[in-house]
Amino acid sequence: MAAVEVAGLVKKFKETTALAGVDLEIPEGSVLGLLGPNGAGKTTVVRILATLLRADAGTARVFGKDVVTDANQVRSMIGLTGQYAAVDEYLTGQENLEMIGRLYHLGKADARQRASTLLERFELADAGNRIAKTYSGGMRRRLDIAASLIARPKVLFLDEPTTGLDPRSRIGMWEFIGSLVAEGTTILLTTQYLEEADRLADSIVVIDHGKVIARGTSDELKSQVGGHRLEFTVDDAADLPVMLERLHPLAVDDPVVDEQARSLSVPVLGGADVLRDALRRLDGSGVNLVDVGLRRPDLDDVFLILTGHASEAGTPDAAPAAAGAPGGRHAKQESPADTDQVKKGGRR
Amino acid sequence: MSSLAQTIGDGAIITKRNLLKIKRVPELLVFATLSPIMFVLLFAFIFGSAIPLPGVDYKDFLMAGIFTQTVVFGSTITGASLAEDLQKGLIDRFRSLPMARSAVLVGRTNADIGNNVVTITVMALTGLLVGWRIRTSVLEAAAAFGLLLLFAYAISWLMALVGLSVKSPEVVQNASFIIIFPLTFIANTFVPTDNFPPVLKAFADWNPVSSVTLAARELFGNTSPALPPPDVWPAQHPVLYSLIWIVLILIIFVPLSVRKYESVAGR
Repeated sequence: MAAVEVAGLVKKFKETTALAGVDLEIPEGSVLGLLGPNGAGKTTVVRILATLLRADAGTARVFGKDVVTDANQVRSMIGLTGQYAAVDEYLTGQENLEMIGRLYHLGKADARQRASTLLERFELADAGNRIAKTYSGGMRRRLDIAASLIARPKVLFLDEPTTGLDPRSRIGMWEFIGSLVAEGTTILLTTQYLEEADRLADSIVVIDHGKVIARGTSDELKSQVGGHRLEFTVDDAADLPVMLERLHPLAVDDPVVDEQARSLSVPVLGGADVLRDALRRLDGSGVNLVDVGLRRPDLDDVFLILTGHASEAGTPDAAPAAAGAPGGRHAKQESPADTDQVKKGGRR
Repeated sequence: MSSLAQTIGDGAIITKRNLLKIKRVPELLVFATLSPIMFVLLFAFIFGSAIPLPGVDYKDFLMAGIFTQTVVFGSTITGASLAEDLQKGLIDRFRSLPMARSAVLVGRTNADIGNNVVTITVMALTGLLVGWRIRTSVLEAAAAFGLLLLFAYAISWLMALVGLSVKSPEVVQNASFIIIFPLTFIANTFVPTDNFPPVLKAFADWNPVSSVTLAARELFGNTSPALPPPDVWPAQHPVLYSLIWIVLILIIFVPLSVRKYESVAGR
């Protein structure tokens, strides 16, 4: 039996359609990445599964239990971490966890024991007796996740667990999630960060405007987009037009020039042979190459191609995003940790 | 576990959580008790100096009224706290747990009884210091305090619905002032209603705030034999009329608030 089964889920809020028929299935012990821009409907799916919201049509089940008719049984099997750390600021870390444990109907001693264990595990043991008001954003987020784990849920819903975290905390969070996965917890993870889904999810469902637009493993999605890209960085941006002219015959789609980054990205078919061919074409052009690369598409490309807009929605510059995204990837290769800054840089 | 036992158990956990906040933020309690002290002193000395009542000391007359007004105002804490929990995503978390659906509201309103007990105690002590006297028995005084707490409890459930509906603690405060001020002033709280204009007098006569105040006033033995005897049914049976209101408010607003809680969305 699948841990989570969602079929034909529809939800409307007044005029807007949040979900227009979403289907998904999560096998027990696996991680599903639910990927999409802001407003795509990710949180709505999570809220319906967590029994917080009723769908207008369709069904959602957790280990065969319906989220509406068997709501209480579903609740005792799930853990929810929302987009904002839902911790009681006036209770200590320990008290927060014990309270949630007791509300899951763990015994007093068990709740206390679990709370201590989890504080230890989430590196909050030293802060366990301080009130949560004094915690940093990252600490609150960890406490929030610890709270959702207190009753050893079979299924965990993580709604954008790293949104708003600094790059270091984000990597820490990924490690925590990784360890949960290793223990066999079934996880539904929503994220706007492709890198996150790529790294954590066994399979990925991409939704946009309340519809599933793609699904599969990260590799499958990448091959769906197909092809490679040749990427060049030059010493002098003035060389770019010459390169563009010489390499244009290899392109299977429009090449992207980023003058600021002094880079050129050319979509091609084929692998190393094309790279050799390209370098031959540049012979004698006098172009001074700083960096040359052959790159498989990443989920950024997948997203761009599937949705027609870049991965982080809500940015006003949807049109230049197509030109900007490759620049972003270049920068990303230079500093892989700092995705936030990178994406903003690439957008300009 | 039976659903009643579960409600009590879960409700107790939430009550404890709410009471812990008082311990963690003692400033809240300081201000919650300072304002009733201030009110007793202001009304006793400012209004008391200008409102001569035949047959009764104004301080005696005042106390029942100011108790009622204060507990009604205090009930806004219920709404504001729930709105705050909602804003911070705590209600979402609670709703995702296998706990009794009414427990969050039961725990909140229970904790607010605690708040009211503290407030009433402080006010009573202040009143006694400035010359208020209970002129009946301990039992009758206890009945008066019990009635005040019951009335406050009922209003808390009404405010719970307000808090879950408006979702912002500030709006709860502002919105409820608009209702609570007329409700507590167009009544017999601070002055006898005999000389009110007819429309206001009719409102005051049937206003539950009047009947709770009058019931408490009678139970404390703070009425004036020199004032004309009541000519309307609520004033002739203030305890019964108050209890009818309390039951009515609870019958209506407990289910409405719980239903609201079941579907409410934070943020």
